[in-house]
Amino acid sequence: METIEQIQQDRRQVALDKMRAELEGKRGQQYWRTLEEVMQTPEFEAWFEDEFPNRKEIFEIDRRSLLKFAGAGLALAGLTGCRGVFLPEEKLVPYVKAPEEYVSGKPLFYASAVTLAGYATGVLVEQFEGRPIKLEGNPDHPASSGALDSMSQAEILNFYDPDRSQNVTTGGDISTWEAFFREAGPKVAAGGVGILVGALTSPTAARLLSRLQAKGAKLYSHEPAGRANVTKAVAAVTGKPGVPVYDFSKAKVVISLDSDFLSRSDNPGALVYARQFAKARRVLGEKGEMSRLYAIEAAAGTVGAMADHRYAVKPSEVYGAGCALANALGIAEPAGAAPANIAADLGAIAADLQKNRSASIVVAGEHQPAEVHQLAFQINQFLGNVGQTVKFVETPEFTTSYGSVQDLLADIKGAKIKTLLISNTNPVYSAPADLKVGEVLSAATAVAKIHHGLYFDETAEVADWHIPMTHTLEAWGDARSFEGTATIVQPLIAPLYEGRSDIEVFSGLLGEPKGGYDLVRETLTSKGFGGATFEKAWREAIHNGTIPNSASATLAMAGGAAPLPAPVKSKGMEVVFAPDPTIFDGRFANNGWLQETPKPLSKLVWDNVVYMAPSDAESNKIAMDDVVLVRTAAGEVEGTAFILPGHAKGSVTIHLGYGRTAGGTLATLSGVDGGGFSAYKLMSAKNTCFADVTITPTGKTQHLSTTQGHNPLGGDRIPDHRDVIREATLEKFNAAENKREALMVGHSMEQEEIKENNLFPEEVFEWKGEQWGMTIDMNACTGCGACITACQAENNISVVGKEQVSRGREMHWIRIDRYYSGSDENPSVTWQPVACVHCEAAPCEPVCPVAATVHSHEGINQMVYNRCVGTRYCSNNCPYKVRRFNYLNWTDNQAQFSDKNKKVSTRYIPGAINNPKDNGLQLLKMLNNPDVSVRGRGVMEKCTYCTQRINEARIEAKKAGRPIAEGDVVTACQQACPSEAIVFGNIADKNSAVAKLRKDPRSYLLLEELQTRPRTSHLAKLRNPNPEIKSAQSEEAHH
Amino acid sequence: MAKVQDRKLNDLLITGDQTYTSIDSSVDRLILNQKLHGKGWNILFLIGISLTGLLGVSIFWLLYQGIGIWGNNVPSAWGFDIINFVWWIGIGHAGTLISAILLLMRQQWRNSINRFAEAMTIFAVMCAGLYPILHTGRPWNAYWLFPYPNILAMWPQFRSPLMWDVAAVSTYFSVSAVFWFVGLIPDFATLRDKSTNKYGKVIFGTLAMGWRGSNQHWHRYEQMYLLLAGLSTPLVLSVHSIVSFDFAISIVPGWNVTVFPPYFVAGAVFAGFAMVMTWGLPLRKFYNLKHLITDRHIDWMCKITLATGLIVFYGYLLEIFYSWYSGNFYEFKLLMKTRFTGIYAPMYWLLIFCNGIAPQIFWVPKYRRHEPTIIVVCFLISVGMWLERFVIIPMSLTNNYLPSSDKPYYPSFWDVAMFTGTIGLFITLMMLFIRFLPVINIFEVKDLFYKMGGKKEIVEEVGANS
Repeated sequence: METIEQIQQDRRQVALDKMRAELEGKRGQQYWRTLEEVMQTPEFEAWFEDEFPNRKEIFEIDRRSLLKFAGAGLALAGLTGCRGVFLPEEKLVPYVKAPEEYVSGKPLFYASAVTLAGYATGVLVEQFEGRPIKLEGNPDHPASSGALDSMSQAEILNFYDPDRSQNVTTGGDISTWEAFFREAGPKVAAGGVGILVGALTSPTAARLLSRLQAKGAKLYSHEPAGRANVTKAVAAVTGKPGVPVYDFSKAKVVISLDSDFLSRSDNPGALVYARQFAKARRVLGEKGEMSRLYAIEAAAGTVGAMADHRYAVKPSEVYGAGCALANALGIAEPAGAAPANIAADLGAIAADLQKNRSASIVVAGEHQPAEVHQLAFQINQFLGNVGQTVKFVETPEFTTSYGSVQDLLADIKGAKIKTLLISNTNPVYSAPADLKVGEVLSAATAVAKIHHGLYFDETAEVADWHIPMTHTLEAWGDARSFEGTATIVQPLIAPLYEGRSDIEVFSGLLGEPKGGYDLVRETLTSKGFGGATFEKAWREAIHNGTIPNSASATLAMAGGAAPLPAPVKSKGMEVVFAPDPTIFDGRFANNGWLQETPKPLSKLVWDNVVYMAPSDAESNKIAMDDVVLVRTAAGEVEGTAFILPGHAKGSVTIHLGYGRTAGGTLATLSGVDGGGFSAYKLMSAKNTCFADVTITPTGKTQHLSTTQGHNPLGGDRIPDHRDVIREATLEKFNAAENKREALMVGHSMEQEEIKENNLFPEEVFEWKGEQWGMTIDMNACTGCGACITACQAENNISVVGKEQVSRGREMHWIRIDRYYSGSDENPSVTWQPVACVHCEAAPCEPVCPVAATVHSHEGINQMVYNRCVGTRYCSNNCPYKVRRFNYLNWTDNQAQFSDKNKKVSTRYIPGAINNPKDNGLQLLKMLNNPDVSVRGRGVMEKCTYCTQRINEARIEAKKAGRPIAEGDVVTACQQACPSEAIVFGNIADKNSAVAKLRKDPRSYLLLEELQTRPRTSHLAKLRNPNPEIKSAQSEEAHH
Repeated sequence: MAKVQDRKLNDLLITGDQTYTSIDSSVDRLILNQKLHGKGWNILFLIGISLTGLLGVSIFWLLYQGIGIWGNNVPSAWGFDIINFVWWIGIGHAGTLISAILLLMRQQWRNSINRFAEAMTIFAVMCAGLYPILHTGRPWNAYWLFPYPNILAMWPQFRSPLMWDVAAVSTYFSVSAVFWFVGLIPDFATLRDKSTNKYGKVIFGTLAMGWRGSNQHWHRYEQMYLLLAGLSTPLVLSVHSIVSFDFAISIVPGWNVTVFPPYFVAGAVFAGFAMVMTWGLPLRKFYNLKHLITDRHIDWMCKITLATGLIVFYGYLLEIFYSWYSGNFYEFKLLMKTRFTGIYAPMYWLLIFCNGIAPQIFWVPKYRRHEPTIIVVCFLISVGMWLERFVIIPMSLTNNYLPSSDKPYYPSFWDVAMFTGTIGLFITLMMLFIRFLPVINIFEVKDLFYKMGGKKEIVEEVGANS
């Protein structure tokens, strides 16, 4: 019998002979790698390719051995099979060379900025192992002060969005940047270039664009929810385009003319304003002072909800009301026409303003026409506020001098444009309908259209080229805040896809392609930044997140402004177009966090609606969920009606941003999944703020999802005299002997009696150490929802979608309850943020059969996910209903990543990562906070008081050999809150802020009568109505 | 056929011209003569097995997808799952009551109904038992509710009523099953002896465990049976009391009620007797067992139903009373806004009709023997008892301390599918039971017959008697 070696030897010999023969036949230079390559005999191939060449044929093995091997194989396969089947296959590979400053398991924070409509908010980006995972406010940044709004925080989700555009495409094919520049370069050189950008404040972009302009490019800008009106008004009073900057901390009286200065969707300074406003209204201890807020409001917003006196008027009447107020103050022109509900109170309001000269503010809404702003400026000047509480600065938004979309369309029609670059704006979707941007652009076949953006959106669909843009977190750049301070935007990670930033594209078009890093540095050196010590100054600026002394120059009010027009009498129904409080102008339409963040007042998710007053709904025979046809001069669209208590009569409000037709899975949802309708289809270029409208019921209905109210069980109001909300007027509170009694709204002192009869000592801390507690100031809360997004980002909270929210399965650990009191026509609003209150005697704990929810010795009601079997008894027994259950596998089954729900443009070419479900999910996994468990299906979860942050502080304190200090632990919600409504700390330390607030006369425990002894206490709301005004609202507030 | 003038109660429990043999054969022919089961059995079994298939599909889909396929939410974290669990547990109660308490009280009229009532108990507990396991978010970990030794040294949390539930229901099931099986042994022996085919002889022979009917056997049997009855008796009261603790222990308005234990037990017996009659009436009609399950039996069961129904109704009235009297406005709001009025109010009023009003017809003796009326009323009671759990569970949960949490509950397709599926399982098991096991306790009826004197002619008709 031949041995295997012999066989091999023979085979080799045969093969070698053959090879030689083959080589002889070859001509010219023929390269070969190995001998085997040339001797391609089938036998050798088989032998060579065989993994086990010397194995026995199966028939050579006897039955017993075969069975033995089969058995052993099965057993071994079974053993090894466990990994990867039942248990995740994990490989731990340590760093061979650790990155500088990197300590395993510890995040690094980098200062940067995110922009919204051009305006920067300074952020600190938390980075884990090279992955940015969370955005937090930069305390040193003038537009943040450490707080951060929902939209800015949710940028991190946009960054990981698998729907983001990933490739350069042209005519339906994937292309490359090189090809793009090869084609675009000569075109730019040939002239006739038009560049349409969104609002920009970036000094580098300004520099590059002005160079392009010098080369003959025409520049245009389009920002659907931009600040054009206010800039124009400042230009009218100061001679230069500018913006007003307020100081609400100094204001004792604030008049809002349809402004929502507390909401980031309305005002780029909102975070700071909210903080100042809260400061001016903070009452600590037995007595205090508060500023007073009067709101004249067209769209129901957070300012109206916070107002001590709120007047709902039609949008076009705001100007008339403002004029009437000016008249009452003694400004003669123009003669006002106050709506009935405000006319009677004007005298008292004017007197209040007169009393507080140079300590008051009249602030006009960003989405009111320029004359309203100008009027507000004049009243401020009249009251001596300018220079005190109001100042004007040069606008950081250099794009205000650019042409508008109308100009662009005129130039296209006039054949002045041969090449058009549309960068980071989506005019096909968001330009007013009567401009017909999409049609004009599609028709202009002679124009080479280039779209540069984060998504393959509506505009990309009509463009010849689509070039992907980088996200703020992956490219160098710079931007300025609302008062002008510049920030260097530093990347946290190399671009995930093939994107390039706008400045890189501009420099490419200039024919001198450079990276963003060089471009930003050049901008700074060109301005002489840092001088000889540039490197040091550069490093400092990056580290701090601001460029020192870069705030805009102050502008002085000059006389001789054009006289204001007389107010026009409004006729029929009007519609207000307001940026959406969560998804803004539509740019966040593909962001699940923001889509699922309830709109502050309506608590609506995943949709926009036609908000209308209850009386209007009644007279038009419209009910909730009815689909109505909304028609303006510019167009018509079907939308779902939402009856909003307190909405102005005679008008409807429609939020922008919905009804997208391209730009991602979530953006293009429709019908039962959400998605709403496009308000831009109703907008005319003449007035993008409001329009005359007719509303007709269609007879159809569309179910809407909200997280509170809007169901047959109510939930918007506190039905009986139960002790949920405590509030009082400031006057009553200051005067009261018994503060607690004064704060009881209508309900009896029964709960207080229960408290007095309590046999238990007030505080029993069985453990000498930290005892965690929180206070939530309902007087400071503006209902903005920043805490919700902060919590979602910090704690890896899932998005569940519209249908699941309507089932009552939203997962937010913190919610902001909104209660109305008073009439439906003009109710008072009270915000009440509620998260797990960490009861000392927690009802959830004794009912869990497996001890999955237990108390820590530091007073935290802990949830042990691994132990939870999901009986849900704890949720039933929770009187606050703050527990959230993973009814489905939401972590892995997000609609966003399912191919079945994918509805993208036919011309859109998905990238490799985008398409398969798993890869999209892999991408999103990178977003997860590694300090927090990701919960699977069937597990209960809830607020943990950010226990991971507590533990980190504890470790640090232990290392330093000291107790945890005040301020070491900041919860995510507390950190994000612009109005500092949330305070967290050690209540066992009597000197801590939280312990003091717990003892504040306004402090109360929610549902105290249940004896659950919550660790979170709420601080009662105070209102400061003008005692001169005896309106229905203030009367009701007393009851 | 001489009329027995002096009618003692026992005399009415077996009617017609009976001998020991005729009693034997009237029961064992259901098993020994398989041709007896006609179209009706086939149709019902087909319905049952199809619905059981639906149950299988529901369970598969539930395990695959999660609890989210149901309608449960926050605030109503429990819905159909626990409603059905409590409903099924309640159904089972009549069986244990009949077999244990009536035995101890020497109520020999139980002899002809205890067997299928006990079978119902076991099948109902099987249906019920599915829910506590499957309603958990991670059913593969549901065994953590048992106190088993493990490397984590982790015990269940004994303060939780769900933990007590696990103990109560598993004890209940095991004791009921043993009790049932022990009671079956002498009958298995009878069937073994009477079987003509091989399979019957082997199977019943095995199940009879060597029963020879010796004096010693009977002695031990009686002692064993009495002991088991003693064990079962507290279970009748404890199981549903403990189930009621699931609610009573909590602080949910509408749940936190001290009256729940007796009210639940009464409700369970109420529902159980209704279900016994729902099955008993067709059974005696279609299988000619009217001489063993007589109108007197039905009459007495109606009386028990009426009595327990009154206790339940008293519970409803008490709930109304204390929600006002306690001064607890959460309770009062629940009553006024969720029960008396509101979107679920029809369920409440239907409950009051089904459980409160409908059984009152049993005050009239005529209707205690009028089969169509009894069937309709028993059906209404079953519906009513389901509604009672609906009123207690989701309706209380949708009514919260914080008004912002008030959100409605509505079931999904899978909720209904799983419920009908368990009904199907119950029907299937009952149909198999009727065909393959003695539906009436043969030897106890013979025992009764002996005690009544073994007369050939017992009584002819009981219709006129009341």
